[in-house]
Amino acid sequence: MTDSSLPEPGVRRSDALDRTDAANAARNERRRRGRAFLFVVPLLVFIAFAFVAPIGTMLFRSVYNPTTAALVPETLEALRDWDGEGTPDAEAMRRFAVDMKRMAGDRTSGQLAEEVNRLLPGTSSVVKSTARALRRVDDAELAANGDALLVEASERWAEPGIWRALRRSGRTYTEGYYLTALDLEMTREGDIQQRDTQIYLKLYGKTLWMAFVITVLTIVLGYPLAFYMAGAPPKVANILMVFVLLPFWTSLLVRTTAWIALLQTNGVVNSTLMALGVTNAPLEMLYTQFSTIIAMTHILLPFMVLPLYSVMRGIDPSYMRAAMSMGSPPIPAFLRIYLPMSLPGLSAGALLVFIISVGYYITPALVGGTDGQMISNIIAFHMQQSNNWELAAALGSLLLALILLLYWLYDRFVGASNIKLG
Amino acid sequence: MALPAYYGPLHRAGHYGLRILAGLVLVFLMLPILVIVPLSFNAQPYFTFTEGMLALDPDAYSLRWYREIWTDAKWTLAIRNSFAIGIAAAALATLLGTVAAVGLASPHMPFKRLVTALLLSPMIVPLIIIAAGMFFFYTNFGLVGTYPGLVIAHAALGVPFVIITVTATLVGFDQSLFNAGLSLGASPTRVFWDVVIPLIRPGVISGALFAFVTSFDEVVLVLFLAGPEQRTIPRQMFSGLREQINPTILAVATLLVVLSMALLLTLEMLRRRSERLRGVEA
Repeated sequence: MTDSSLPEPGVRRSDALDRTDAANAARNERRRRGRAFLFVVPLLVFIAFAFVAPIGTMLFRSVYNPTTAALVPETLEALRDWDGEGTPDAEAMRRFAVDMKRMAGDRTSGQLAEEVNRLLPGTSSVVKSTARALRRVDDAELAANGDALLVEASERWAEPGIWRALRRSGRTYTEGYYLTALDLEMTREGDIQQRDTQIYLKLYGKTLWMAFVITVLTIVLGYPLAFYMAGAPPKVANILMVFVLLPFWTSLLVRTTAWIALLQTNGVVNSTLMALGVTNAPLEMLYTQFSTIIAMTHILLPFMVLPLYSVMRGIDPSYMRAAMSMGSPPIPAFLRIYLPMSLPGLSAGALLVFIISVGYYITPALVGGTDGQMISNIIAFHMQQSNNWELAAALGSLLLALILLLYWLYDRFVGASNIKLG
Repeated sequence: MALPAYYGPLHRAGHYGLRILAGLVLVFLMLPILVIVPLSFNAQPYFTFTEGMLALDPDAYSLRWYREIWTDAKWTLAIRNSFAIGIAAAALATLLGTVAAVGLASPHMPFKRLVTALLLSPMIVPLIIIAAGMFFFYTNFGLVGTYPGLVIAHAALGVPFVIITVTATLVGFDQSLFNAGLSLGASPTRVFWDVVIPLIRPGVISGALFAFVTSFDEVVLVLFLAGPEQRTIPRQMFSGLREQINPTILAVATLLVVLSMALLLTLEMLRRRSERLRGVEA
């Protein structure tokens, strides 16, 4: 202790001691906190790079689309003051004709065609054929007469719609992908309205519905099993546990493969059914919504059984015995005594299964056919096949918001730190 | 098991009904996995039982699909990749995760709830979203289509499992042991290796196993981030199931079932050891 911390005259000694003690304690606590935090820093840095930044990039991609702005900046500049009615002024159209020739030369007209087509379907060919038509035209001729040449290449350039689409796709930041992902569109007047065909909302609805059915099925199958295991002698329960844990530990691809072998047209299930005379012709079970649901129920069942079992094991069986010895029939005794006590396990399992199934990708992709696809599959489709990455990002961000909401519920009702493994 | 005397007939029926129901659910859990084992010895290139197999004709069974695994360059590459990437990702996740778990277990850890939620989040976010985000972000660093890219991606997925298992073994870890080590003059690193690690070893090993399995079984990130050189076993199975279904997949699947049994045994042994250690402490 230094001199400065000695009691000043007139101050009671105990006060001064308290103050220096507090300061010391605070400094110690800060040092301890710093040291504890230091342990976490390397992992935080790693997760920030490996995981958080990628998710952030995806969120950013869902509103950021610089393609058109980078391709035809001067045309967009010229279109800025156009009122959106009739054709743009001749100067802007000539500017665009020059851009088209340049893009035909460096083979970027396809990118522009894709961007405009996304906002106004059916215009991809207009852009591409115009680019082809203008490729060999002389520069001076384009600068002087480009507007006429455009309309000559395609009459669509005389319509305001395609120019509006071009201008709209030129905005670097856009809410357009979210509108598409929610089946909404912008009218000419700038109002937001529902699209005629509902694709994505329907798919979100179907995904939630399938996740719900899977959750219910895992409860129907998992609850009696967990109940039986909790009441069985420890040795039996341990053996039965192996039968739950082995599927849990078996590769996801293995389990999906197994369901393909079981459900295909001349697969094990169909052969058995036909041998038993249940059906004459094989049933079409694989590549349907049915196969997605049954395979996912199988895959996610351990996620229901494990939390249920760990809660049920802690329920004293004497409560049930007491209720029944006092004359309650078994079913009311179960409903009023056991079921409420097992609810923490039930809600943990149900939320876990629901959260996992909403985001599922592999199993629907392999056994679902077109009917059994979920929202993840359409995100993958836009990432890999249609190359509409921004729409994939918007759909993914909405899915992420949904999952975070469910996770928040899970944390409130179950506590995220209660996740256990095996 | 003898039933209590006060059980009525309905109650008895319920008891046996429950038993049968539980048995059926266990069959539902196990049968699909067991069905592929005999199918993998099919002499014919089908996914179904042939007449000969049902008649137990030895000629209907063969090891040809197992030989195929070792002779097909695609499968051998996939097997090598799966182990190499899995081991590297598990090592990275275990190293970073164990150190972080020790910090998180400290009563002085600031923002504990927030940090824990952040570190566990790779387990909650759907893989397709992680895959899309990583594809966008890793492209900037030239990590797409490379081994380091996949190892980093898989390690991020494995971290939550390491955190969970190690934190679980650290429950009841006496922080004063750490301080005792320090007061006796050891450096924090020395205390970490000589005091903390031996006590939490079962948790660290099972965390590492979880991280390895996560990587070993992962296919969505591989689909988005891997080039043809980084094909793994699940990736190879995925494309096999999509393109031409061939019983080699069943043979691989059978080997994977054997592997998961071995894994389950290891984890069970670790759990018992951990309980024994804790029993001694108590």
